[in-house]
Amino acid sequence: MGKEQRVDLNRQLAQMLKGGVIMDVTNAEQARIAQDAGACAVMALERIPADIRAAGGVSRMSDPALIKEIQKTVSIPVMAKCRIGHFAEAQILQSLSIDYIDESEVLSPADDVYHIDKTTFDVPFVCGARNLGEALRRISEGAAMIRTKGEPGTGDVVQAVSHMRSVNEEIARIAALRSDELFEAAKQLEVPYDLLRSVHDSGRLPVVNFAAGGIATPADASLMMQLGAEGVFVGSGIFKSGDPARRAQAIVKATTNYDDPEMLASLSENLGEAMVGINEQEISILMAERGK
Amino acid sequence: MSFLSKTSVDGAPRIGVLAVQGAFIEHEQRLSALGAHCVELRQARDCAQPLDGLILPGGESTVQGKLIRELGMYEQLRRCIDNDVPVLGTCAGMILLAQHLVGDEQTHLASMPITVERNAYGRQLDSFHTTAVFDSCGTVPMTFIRAPKVVSVADDVRILARVDDTIVGAQYRNQIALSFHPELDNDMTIHRSFFEMVQQIHATKVMA
Repeated sequence: MGKEQRVDLNRQLAQMLKGGVIMDVTNAEQARIAQDAGACAVMALERIPADIRAAGGVSRMSDPALIKEIQKTVSIPVMAKCRIGHFAEAQILQSLSIDYIDESEVLSPADDVYHIDKTTFDVPFVCGARNLGEALRRISEGAAMIRTKGEPGTGDVVQAVSHMRSVNEEIARIAALRSDELFEAAKQLEVPYDLLRSVHDSGRLPVVNFAAGGIATPADASLMMQLGAEGVFVGSGIFKSGDPARRAQAIVKATTNYDDPEMLASLSENLGEAMVGINEQEISILMAERGK
Repeated sequence: MSFLSKTSVDGAPRIGVLAVQGAFIEHEQRLSALGAHCVELRQARDCAQPLDGLILPGGESTVQGKLIRELGMYEQLRRCIDNDVPVLGTCAGMILLAQHLVGDEQTHLASMPITVERNAYGRQLDSFHTTAVFDSCGTVPMTFIRAPKVVSVADDVRILARVDDTIVGAQYRNQIALSFHPELDNDMTIHRSFFEMVQQIHATKVMA
């Protein structure tokens, strides 16, 4: 199969995830709860971001045995994370026939300069981005899907909001430029001209863009969808809450009916305790600063 | 009450697009370009309006099947299909329409006498693009993403397309089910042919 065709198929899988919720799970039981609650995919990892923060130290790719067990348990797509720049971890994940690799700032970066050359892989990658420049650099490296970085493991949505607004503001600005201004804009954003040109012409990223990092409630999901996200990732927000199954279902329905406040009100009732959360000022490691 | 509208906002046939999850916007773009009036179906009240056609898009069938039940859309969608409103189901949509699923007790709208195997080609690495003959429309591009296969059909189901001897397109009454995603390719053949079917039935109802 041609390389270009593989790129298209991988971007198209992300299109099938749109309007859905991708949930972090750490074992087969949680994966089943997530699937039953209506997750459109699960992210298999050893520790959810809130626990990664609490544990400190170096955080790495998950145990392949755990990933395989989760693949056996659910029929929805299974994603897994590798460290930024750690192409050997990515090769291992690809050998497991994972459906999507997240080259993620949530894990400890393995390379402080280079990201993985994702064009050399057949499996699709999703990457985090805080702004249009980061998004287009990741896409030029081969990412088939983009998500906001947000600030994972905090239950605080402020960074995801800021990243989504930033990407969309910059897209609107680029779309309004004259064609002859795009060369200078590409230079300033440090992105390839051709990709910027496609954003200018289409008024959107060439791949699907999800919200991630700090989403903990149905209202958070609605907020991100109204700000232009095409779907959401929920990490610590579900399995760090009082009633994971119920909260997961409510977030799924809130993502579908994000523009119906009455339904959102009833979905938000009696969900039990949300994850306690920590706000951005209280944390020492800003994961979003990793991998520009 | 008739489920077929006599007039929509602009007189164009009104097509309901299931919009609980998945690639529904891609269908809307193609049908709108052909002149359809598309409405998104996200909850029970959206399904109460009369529809001339119905799209069940690609996405995750487990999510869609669960949401059409829990958001109170199941009965209305099923009634719409039973009233012979034309339906086009692609990938997950085919799974929703199937009366039997291999290795799965849980079926969804179950209105089409076909047996479907989910994720039958494997994981994402096994997704592929090809071209094949589609019914009387000639050769069309076909994109398969973690696609299902039709493993058997009842006698009165018409086969619309095959790839490597596997059935990838079938029609029963006014229901069309496809393993692949015509909404992901630029070719409009399949949407045009579906829209012609919608228009024909719409015209008959307006005359009546």
